Amino acid sequence: MAALLKVENLRIELTTRDGIAPVIDDLSLELNAGETLSFVGESGCGKSMTALAIMGLLPDKVGRVASGTIMFDGEDLAKASDARLREIRGNDISMIFQEPMTSLNPVYTIGEQIAEVLRRHQNMDQAAARSRALELLDAVRIPNPKSRVDDYPHQMSGGQRQRVMIAIALACEPKILIADEPTTALDVTVQAQIFDLLRDLGKETGTAIILITHDMGAVAEMAERMIVMYAGRKAEEGPVDQIIEHPRHPYTKGLISCVPHLVAQLSDDRPELTEVRGIVPSLMDFGRDECLFSSRCERADDKCRSSRPTEMKFKNDQHSACWQAKEL
Amino acid sequence: MVILTTILQRIFYAVMLLIAVLVLNFSMLHLAPGDIADTIAQASGGADADVMEQIRRDYGLDQPFFVQLGQYIGKVLSFDLGHSFFYNQPVTTLILEKVPATLLLVITAQIFALVVGVLLGVFSARNPNGMLSHFVTFVALLGYAAPVFWTGILLLIAFSLNIQLFPSGGMIDVTVEGGFFAQTWDLLKHMVLPVVTLSTIFLALYSRLCRASMMEVLGTDYIRTAKAKGLSENEIIYKHALKNSLSPVVTLAGIQFSAVISGAVLVEAVFSWPGLGSLALQSIIARDTPTILGILFFSALVVIVGNLITDMILRMIDPRVGSKG
Ligand SMILES: Nc1ncnc2c1ncn2[C@@H]1O[C@H](COP(=O)(O)OP(=O)(O)OP(=O)(O)O)[C@@H](O)[C@H]1O
Ligand SMILES: [Mg+2]
Repeated sequence: MAALLKVENLRIELTTRDGIAPVIDDLSLELNAGETLSFVGESGCGKSMTALAIMGLLPDKVGRVASGTIMFDGEDLAKASDARLREIRGNDISMIFQEPMTSLNPVYTIGEQIAEVLRRHQNMDQAAARSRALELLDAVRIPNPKSRVDDYPHQMSGGQRQRVMIAIALACEPKILIADEPTTALDVTVQAQIFDLLRDLGKETGTAIILITHDMGAVAEMAERMIVMYAGRKAEEGPVDQIIEHPRHPYTKGLISCVPHLVAQLSDDRPELTEVRGIVPSLMDFGRDECLFSSRCERADDKCRSSRPTEMKFKNDQHSACWQAKEL
Repeated sequence: MVILTTILQRIFYAVMLLIAVLVLNFSMLHLAPGDIADTIAQASGGADADVMEQIRRDYGLDQPFFVQLGQYIGKVLSFDLGHSFFYNQPVTTLILEKVPATLLLVITAQIFALVVGVLLGVFSARNPNGMLSHFVTFVALLGYAAPVFWTGILLLIAFSLNIQLFPSGGMIDVTVEGGFFAQTWDLLKHMVLPVVTLSTIFLALYSRLCRASMMEVLGTDYIRTAKAKGLSENEIIYKHALKNSLSPVVTLAGIQFSAVISGAVLVEAVFSWPGLGSLALQSIIARDTPTILGILFFSALVVIVGNLITDMILRMIDPRVGSKG
């Protein structure tokens, strides 16, 4: 089966004060229809940039796709016109963001904000869009939708606002939903509810989900496959259970060790890390011909410091960008 | 319901404020040396003590301060602002005669400044480094730095004397013949220069503020959401961004409303516009105290009503205003 979304050799450049930096460097990935793929990695490694590039929403005048393709349904989104991208956004591919408190427009009712996207993409009239908005509020489990549909965002809690965002994102039954850290700003009990909701709705509608998160626990529960990103590059990719079972990249290993209940199920020969030591290299160094993790890696040798690792593929569909992946 | 009670509350405060203005007005009048009896006596060429006593009794000036104050407030609240001895007319009549001209000027100038200011602000925010944006900054600085009468005289010289496009003063040309349209056209021609003069500084203020608030709004998360929905640029700017960036502009316009009114006094003088400003100027020169106080009271009334309207518009724009939580 052909992939729903196929990103190949994507390079995104940011124009910063210090010059042009390759915030994403030679990234390839595939997303199949209906599956949940997770992006994990430390802050600043380019997860959101990748998502925004797929949406065609890279920061104006700062970010641009320098090379590579983003194939969706036989069409290269990296080369699509603004008008075409506007047709796709919110209809075929939609996105929800990290900040539910500020992601809804404070001066319009939530009903209007849901109905708007239906009118835009589904040619619905006012009345049809409104009644569909009510159904959607019900689907995202907001109690008593009739009395909430005319509420303004400030009358709702963070969790409820994120549910409204999900309702907007799923309104047109998109093929892909990108959820960029959808629960980071919410408290723990609400986080679990939002993940449940996303998983259930994703299953019901057959929407493929790209879940960006720092929460390895959520990855284990939600996603079939995961991509570990480091400093704008793919460190490791593969089925979630396989990677947790046997990470083939020292960075992945470090990330997994950070999560106590995941470690508990694993064998004893893992070092007890509480965090991955060291810091991510600065944006300007992202383009270097070396393993960018080498400065933090205990196993790094001269080769790691002098040439960028090529991707190694394993039989279980695990890929690792580490020179020593085989020995790990 | 909540909205209704808050509006009633605001109106109650407004009335209290007006009464405070009245008390202040009256106290000033009372503290000033001399009274109406003196004025009348002076006007009729002198009077002896008996006549003065008679006049004081007739006007209730022999009553204690608080009784007089109460009577004065009662009178004003029934729209009796006293009698102008200079014009020999009731002050209320005088003011009401001039009000339409001033309100026409003030409201047109305020609306013109708001509409053009907001449009310029929006256009320049969409392209913050473009020519238009720099032009707006330049015009704003110019408009802000130039005094109203200077702008007025300059425009007069340019567009009335050199290029004879607009009349040099007044509000209507009595010699104009023809129906409603001809007269309206004549009025519009008379309005152009005064309105432009009066609105320049406010237009400058509003466009600067609108540009800044629009740029801020365009960077917010909810605009990113609007883009992620696939909305067109016009929907994003004029539906999602504009309504949010208007609040500070409307607030400023409300605050500036009294400044527009005092600006109108100068503009009316420059363009001999037959409004309250010209009346105020003449009564100050003639020491016509009742008329001056009447105009003060009326200006206070207009400012208070203007603030009430601002408040209601803000509530209409932003549902968070006045709601707790
Ligand atoms: N508008 C911008 N201008 C300049 N640099 C930016 C901009 N947005 C992001 N960056 C930089 O791009 C890099 C990648 O950012 P990105 O938001 O993709 O990280 P992320 O993996 O999503 O991190 P997080 O987990 O914190 O969301 C960071 O170093 C960030 O500082
Ligand atoms: Mg991010």
